[in-house]
Amino acid sequence: MNRDQLVEELKQQIIEQLNLQVKPSDIVAADPLFNEGLGLDSIDALELIVLMQQKYRIKLANAEDGPKVFQSVDTMADFIIANQTPQAG
Amino acid sequence: MSTQSMAAYWINAAARISENRAFRNSELLLEKQRASADEFLAELYSKIGLNYPKWYKMDRLSKLGMLAAELVLSSPFNSREYDPFELGIVLSNRHSSLDTDRKFVEQLGGIPSPAVFVYTLPNIVTGEISIRHGFKGEQAFFIDEEFPAEFLVNYISRLFEEGSTHTCLVGWTDILGESYNATLYRVSRVREDSVHSIPFTSKNLYQYLHHEQGSVS
Repeated sequence: MNRDQLVEELKQQIIEQLNLQVKPSDIVAADPLFNEGLGLDSIDALELIVLMQQKYRIKLANAEDGPKVFQSVDTMADFIIANQTPQAG
Repeated sequence: MSTQSMAAYWINAAARISENRAFRNSELLLEKQRASADEFLAELYSKIGLNYPKWYKMDRLSKLGMLAAELVLSSPFNSREYDPFELGIVLSNRHSSLDTDRKFVEQLGGIPSPAVFVYTLPNIVTGEISIRHGFKGEQAFFIDEEFPAEFLVNYISRLFEEGSTHTCLVGWTDILGESYNATLYRVSRVREDSVHSIPFTSKNLYQYLHHEQGSVS
């Protein structure tokens, strides 16, 4: 999966995980996820941490990195690419 | 003097959502047989034209309570015309937040959802309604086997007597699986100029809760 595919997959995953009433095409990958943009709240932030762990097997080791990692779909994709364990085979 | 004019406090509006039917006062707003609880609540949300993004994130108890509140807090009532601290909510039910608690327990094998966890308390629905309608007065949620009409009349009458509450959303909001019933009343110190206004008595609360047509007349 290349980065563009990952970004599109993330948009879909976020919509499903957070029960958002938007289409993937409504989400601009570079836009802020919190406050502006999708207007997510603190519970949504916890859901995104769960999503990262369940779907991509990545644990956020340092909670202070959260705001940077979850700034946008783009930053989430970059974090996943940088931290995903290569699959065997 | 008639019984009506002697009444201390008034039920100015009522709504009931149960068994695939939704009433506002005595008007049947929606009936949809063979619909699941989720389907019926979604249909009612659409029917009354509610547009509230947070609704999609709520648990079923909050959705049910929110919809019933929407019906009794609608025109001519406008919560923005009151001091928010004079508006109270006192609800009750039998199954607490068990419907959502079960969902949360089912998730414990994996990573449970924080968004589900935050609804594992029955009084969250009172908070959701308060946020939506700007209520900042008395808030309480009581768990009881049956609708505690006498208790609610006494409790809310005391609030009115203390003088800090003008209007109170009162009632029963219960859901477990496919069984659901939200019966809410808008009760006030003053009688509105409405054919729906009736004295705030336990008899009238029971009558609306159980009457086949949702009528109290």
